[in-house]
Amino acid sequence: MSRFAYVGVLVFVLLGSGWLEVALRTRVYARWRRLLLALAPVVALFCLWDLYAIASGHWTFDPERTTGVVLPGGLPLDEVLFFVVVPIASVLTLEAVRSVKRWEVGDEEPGTVVDGVRREDER
Amino acid sequence: MTYTQLAVLGVVAVVVLDLAVLRTRLLRRRAFWTAYAIVVLFQLVTNAILTGFRIVRYDGDAIVGSSTPTDSPPPFLGDGRIAYAPFEDLLFGFTLVVLTLVLWVWLGRRGVQRTPYSGPPRISWPGTRR
Repeated sequence: MSRFAYVGVLVFVLLGSGWLEVALRTRVYARWRRLLLALAPVVALFCLWDLYAIASGHWTFDPERTTGVVLPGGLPLDEVLFFVVVPIASVLTLEAVRSVKRWEVGDEEPGTVVDGVRREDER
Repeated sequence: MTYTQLAVLGVVAVVVLDLAVLRTRLLRRRAFWTAYAIVVLFQLVTNAILTGFRIVRYDGDAIVGSSTPTDSPPPFLGDGRIAYAPFEDLLFGFTLVVLTLVLWVWLGRRGVQRTPYSGPPRISWPGTRR
């Protein structure tokens, strides 16, 4: 069971943020292509950072409390999943704030009324 | 480079990316800082589990504080740590979150699934604006 300690934390993050998609209609999973495109460079970059950190001895992982699935370079699968789950949770949180507050985020169509103000093209 | 140096570099890089390169200017929006306040709270909790139970252990040469002890949990506060985790982890997390959200907004701005917009809440939620 303790092998799933790290993954358990990730499940907590996934569930703790996932309900926002339903309750607040964040429509993040609904826009899965945009989500995947945003995630790809993030996962790649942070895996590289992690590989460098592992190679330089910055940090190590408890083999007893990670799945034991280790990718080349000593990168635990748990870590890779972290770089998927945490970014998804952060996008869900941003969209949840927008759902509730109607605050501008920066991707609105020019001319859209947001926050009671007609947004002009400023690009 | 040490973890400390890389973590600072990461923060500088995403700030420049947001304000100057992609000009998404998320860091100047209250929507971002409200979301980040929520995210950082959960980050402190989950990271405390990962570092306090020593699922992840750090080398003192890479961080401002000292190495994760081999036989006991690291200090909760002090010695460069906040809620068991090296403070560098907060910078790491900030970089991870800002990079993700900047790319998300940038893609939307370029017309990649800009819509459907989020909301309105399906449940009644305190502070909801109409």
